[in-house]
Amino acid sequence: MSKFGKKKKDVPAVNTAALPDIVFMLLFFFMVATTMRETTLLIKPPKLPSATEVKKLEHKSLVSTIYVGKAKNSSDGKGDKIQLNDKISTVNDVTNFIYSERDKHDAEEQKAMVTSIKADVKTNVGTVSDIKHELRTINALKISYSSGTGDVSNNFN
Amino acid sequence: MAKRDIPEINAGSMADIAFLLLIFFLVTTTMDTDSGVFRKLPEIQPENTEAPPVKEKNILEVNINRFDKLLVDDEEVTIKDVRQLAIDFIDNGGGTYEGRPCDYCEGKKDESSSDHPGKAIISVQTAQTTSYGMYISVQNELLAAYTELRNRYAKKYTTGKYQGLSYTDLLNIQKADKENADVKVALDKIKKAYPEILSDAEPIK
Repeated sequence: MSKFGKKKKDVPAVNTAALPDIVFMLLFFFMVATTMRETTLLIKPPKLPSATEVKKLEHKSLVSTIYVGKAKNSSDGKGDKIQLNDKISTVNDVTNFIYSERDKHDAEEQKAMVTSIKADVKTNVGTVSDIKHELRTINALKISYSSGTGDVSNNFN
Repeated sequence: MAKRDIPEINAGSMADIAFLLLIFFLVTTTMDTDSGVFRKLPEIQPENTEAPPVKEKNILEVNINRFDKLLVDDEEVTIKDVRQLAIDFIDNGGGTYEGRPCDYCEGKKDESSSDHPGKAIISVQTAQTTSYGMYISVQNELLAAYTELRNRYAKKYTTGKYQGLSYTDLLNIQKADKENADVKVALDKIKKAYPEILSDAEPIK
């Protein structure tokens, strides 16, 4: 019985042949489930209001987003700022922004275009109202007040 | 000559390449689905259009001042009361619309409140510096009031295939099957019974 004198065997290497498959699976999942980040925020990331009557925005390409909030950089000034694409703009630029968004789509799709307003809960209604007025002048009537799902009591405290 | 085996391609670095791609996509993409409260803005009216005559009792005036305090028809209320007040007002059915009384309304039939859901207008008046959060809360409560009334109506009066389903259920069916004409008919009937008439007044400076 010379079991004790037995030499220790090498642990066999773990087979990693399936690793690429797993990673590819993850990769495809992320490619399908996510969309490209389009803008870098120049305003402080808005704390969206919460609401119970929310609807999901479908067809991301048909959505033009307007951000409203306080500027990140103090050199941009105080107060509510409007961000269109990659720069901080004034209310008067909203019409041109919508026109340029419309140009990307054909006439049939333009009817389904939605403007999503992502505004911080502390924004003044006046600012949002000015944007809405601009949108009305160019007949961009479908809007969505971007908000998360939750009780409305989260909106003020 | 002896046949030689073709050497296998080394696939060891495949995982590395895939990881690289994976990390690239993780960094450059976002996953958040945008959701929000949908509204349709009114079309702009020509300058000298006269407003159609609306009786005082058919308007529910919701006022939010610059300190985010609420007034509904000149009485101070909190956000929790808004939904019920809106339901009572829309569902009152004290008069007629297009010559017919509201036979599905379950309100008090009060003479001094709205005539018919088709006539009941809710007007939201804000100040310039009202907070956006408060404004959305009020909008949300008003929309919730409509949804509640529509749900009730749908459960009672929808006939045929979709009998007993609520408005929310029907919306979900429509979302899954956009071409479905039956759902559209059912939804249009509900929307006609309780049309959403919300008006935004210009903020007070």
